[in-house]
Amino acid sequence: MVPITPIHYLILAAALFTLGTIGVLTRRNVVIVLMSIELILNAVNLNLVAFSRMWGLQGQVFAIFVITDAAAEAAVGLGILIAFFRNKETVNVDEVDLLKW
Amino acid sequence: MAPVATPFFFYLLSGLALISGILVITRRNPVHSALALILTLLALAGIYLMLYAPFVAGVQIILYAGGIMVLFLFVIMLVNVGRAEKERQFNKQWLLAIAATVGLGIVFVRVFTSSQTLTELLKRPLAQLPETSNTQQVGFSLYGQYMLAFEIASLLLLVAIVGAVVMAKKRI
Repeated sequence: MVPITPIHYLILAAALFTLGTIGVLTRRNVVIVLMSIELILNAVNLNLVAFSRMWGLQGQVFAIFVITDAAAEAAVGLGILIAFFRNKETVNVDEVDLLKW
Repeated sequence: MAPVATPFFFYLLSGLALISGILVITRRNPVHSALALILTLLALAGIYLMLYAPFVAGVQIILYAGGIMVLFLFVIMLVNVGRAEKERQFNKQWLLAIAATVGLGIVFVRVFTSSQTLTELLKRPLAQLPETSNTQQVGFSLYGQYMLAFEIASLLLLVAIVGAVVMAKKRI
């Protein structure tokens, strides 16, 4: 078998990033859009940790900061979702048009 | 200790992560998506272990799979998803979006496999990562070199908590 090189990890991260982007751009359910954003952040984390295999621990520290950001983003995003659901009784992104001119 | 059967575990875990990632973005029921996302996160935690990052793997399991996904499941229970499940799941521009994103993915793979600079960078020998004192070293970095960023992250979390409460409260 071919030994696993850093390129393998980068390609896996690119595939996960692509999946997350497809989810963000195509789904209508806000909850699943937020989950796709988590997929994207995880792809970034995988890149950081894979590079930290070569450059030392800084990548792992950055991955922890990215996880912190993901927690903050999920809390605020889901809070916005609850406020929105209370006003319009829907969870579809294409019905979010209050700011549309 | 030398790693054992690295290619086998890499392909197993990455296949698991990709298949459950596809399930996340295709399921109709958000609860099924959330469960598939938990599987993706656990597979990625395994890959972090293979990359000598046990602390990040533990944080991934405790904070992501244990904390953030519980938050998601609570919100799914709070909002009424029954009506959304009976509606169309994909929006009108889905074909264009998938085509553009797959194009972006192809660009990524082309850059990774043919870039001279990246090939030179990746030829570097692997770093000597501490196997037994990883958590200790990460802690020293967090409280030493990245002290300011660590404090700013705590401020960010405080603002996020206040923001989430303000947003979700009926009347302030």
